[in-house]
Amino acid sequence: MPEPAAASVVRVRGLVSRFGAQVVHDGLDMDIRSNEVFGIVGGSGTGKSVLLRTILGLRRPDAGTVELYGKDVQELAAADRSALVQSYGVTFQNGALISSLTVAQNIQLPLREYHPLSENTLDELAQLNLALVGLARDAGAKYPSQLSGGMVKRAALARALSLEPKLLFLDEPTAGLDPISAAAFDELLLYLHSQLRLTVVMITHDLDTLFRTCNRVGVIVDGRMITDTLEGMLQNQNAWIHEYFHGPRARAAEKGAHG
Amino acid sequence: MTVLELEGEGDDWRLHLGGDWSLAAMAQIETELRALPGGLHGRLVCDWSRTEAPGIGPAWALLIRLADIGTPHVDVRHTGDPPHFLELLQKLEAERGVAPAAPEAAPRLEHSVSAVGRWAVLQGAEGRAVIGFFGRLVTVLREVFFRPQALRPSSLARHIYETGITAIPIVSLIAFLISVIVAYLGAQQLGRFGADIFVVDLVTISVLREMGVLLTAIIVAGRSGSAFAAEIGVMQLNEETDALRAMGMNPVELLVVPRLLGLVIALPLLTVIADAMGLAGGGLLSLLNLHIPLTQFISRLRESISPTTFWAGLIKAPVFAVLIAMVGTYRGMQVRESARELGRLTTVAVVQSIFLVILADALFAVLFVQIDF
Repeated sequence: MPEPAAASVVRVRGLVSRFGAQVVHDGLDMDIRSNEVFGIVGGSGTGKSVLLRTILGLRRPDAGTVELYGKDVQELAAADRSALVQSYGVTFQNGALISSLTVAQNIQLPLREYHPLSENTLDELAQLNLALVGLARDAGAKYPSQLSGGMVKRAALARALSLEPKLLFLDEPTAGLDPISAAAFDELLLYLHSQLRLTVVMITHDLDTLFRTCNRVGVIVDGRMITDTLEGMLQNQNAWIHEYFHGPRARAAEKGAHG
Repeated sequence: MTVLELEGEGDDWRLHLGGDWSLAAMAQIETELRALPGGLHGRLVCDWSRTEAPGIGPAWALLIRLADIGTPHVDVRHTGDPPHFLELLQKLEAERGVAPAAPEAAPRLEHSVSAVGRWAVLQGAEGRAVIGFFGRLVTVLREVFFRPQALRPSSLARHIYETGITAIPIVSLIAFLISVIVAYLGAQQLGRFGADIFVVDLVTISVLREMGVLLTAIIVAGRSGSAFAAEIGVMQLNEETDALRAMGMNPVELLVVPRLLGLVIALPLLTVIADAMGLAGGGLLSLLNLHIPLTQFISRLRESISPTTFWAGLIKAPVFAVLIAMVGTYRGMQVRESARELGRLTTVAVVQSIFLVILADALFAVLFVQIDF
């Protein structure tokens, strides 16, 4: 794809990740364009979460570069780093809400860190983010341990949105949800994507979510990433990709998305 | 520079928004919004044409403020290329419920009385829970006694290693240093009466009867009591104990009994080592500082102790071990829900086990004097 570098929000080149003798990524390239919903899939142990952690700068790549908005994540000075961190939101697989804070305090945590705001305004902003992700107002006073699985995912999304990022990273956003909650989460994501003009990068195993929400899909195979649209993926002859997109579950999900 | 400007009069108002309307400027926007006069009526037009990078948060704050000052008499309209998300925010604002009323604070006297009552009830529940835990433990121990294959040898060995063997260096060092300190300070005092030789009595009796076992127990309470509480606490948070229960296994048998028995075996052994190191420290100081040769130290040691002195210390070790293990595992089992609970209960485990060890030691002291042990 002859794409100018500036158009890529996330640009990964030649990424190598090693754990001892085990090579997880072997020269992986990835480009994510502005305002798309990009799904990352791959079998267990192919390094999807490692890729995400590397993009976020939580892990140093063994070789290769990761650029966010054209800036090398590893080379940033502390000041630029704090600006960069504010430009994206992340949700982790299990929510990673701070368990000793209420949901509202979790949402306010990054706001307090970066903006000197009054309690009143912080409350209003917490309300806004709760409303954005479709949580009832009284959910703000609850502790994470009092929430259901679906509410935890939504609360984590609310926290990720609190600094008004243009870029969202979601790690398995619908894992562990019942189909109804998962479908509702898909709709929420699409809604926020269109209304707030977000770029979304998500790791998912949920085929329904993939077919419903993603414009493009990246599959990690043999340490490299194969990127294509969903239609393209369905034609791909790679054995693993074929199995993935033509297995019994994929057919059902595809039918559901188009029917 | 101001971010908003209200102009107009009567029924026709115009609000000019300008400058930085991003989240970064929220503090200023907030102040100016609050300065807007209330009680408007008629028509209000918000002009967004001069804003830069309007953010979601500031727009939300504006909508809320307009609703507060205008409802129900103002008809608000937005012009000048309002941000794309404004429609969504307007919808959310319209759906926004009324803030739930804060629960009315009870009068002071009532509040303090109810606080005492709540505390008493909590203490009662806690007492029952402790007794329940003790009962379960005793039941399981009886079962294990009749069915020794339930004693998991590998698990037991692991706990003896972790609580006992790995504690040897720190216990030895501390016992050695403390007895050196006691001997040194004792020599200063006793030397005045020319009674240097009684330093040997001082060191041997205090180390063997009290300090060896008490220091060891306190170190182990800090090391292993906290480890028990944290380890079992994290298992609680991960639902591992629930998984064990669901598989028909008893967490008390699997988690508590090996730790308890392991510590009951390890603590007396550690005490013996602490006693030996304490005597070595006293002997070394006597040799270097008081020039009492080791042979004389040992013969004086033999005279100063009665046959029961050593046992009076050692017999306390298993009791202390039971206290430490029970408090640590019990507090670990109590962990629910959050990381903060884990930290709190680990602290409680250490503080309470040290307290109980010292309390038990005091009771032993009285008992031994009474029965002349």
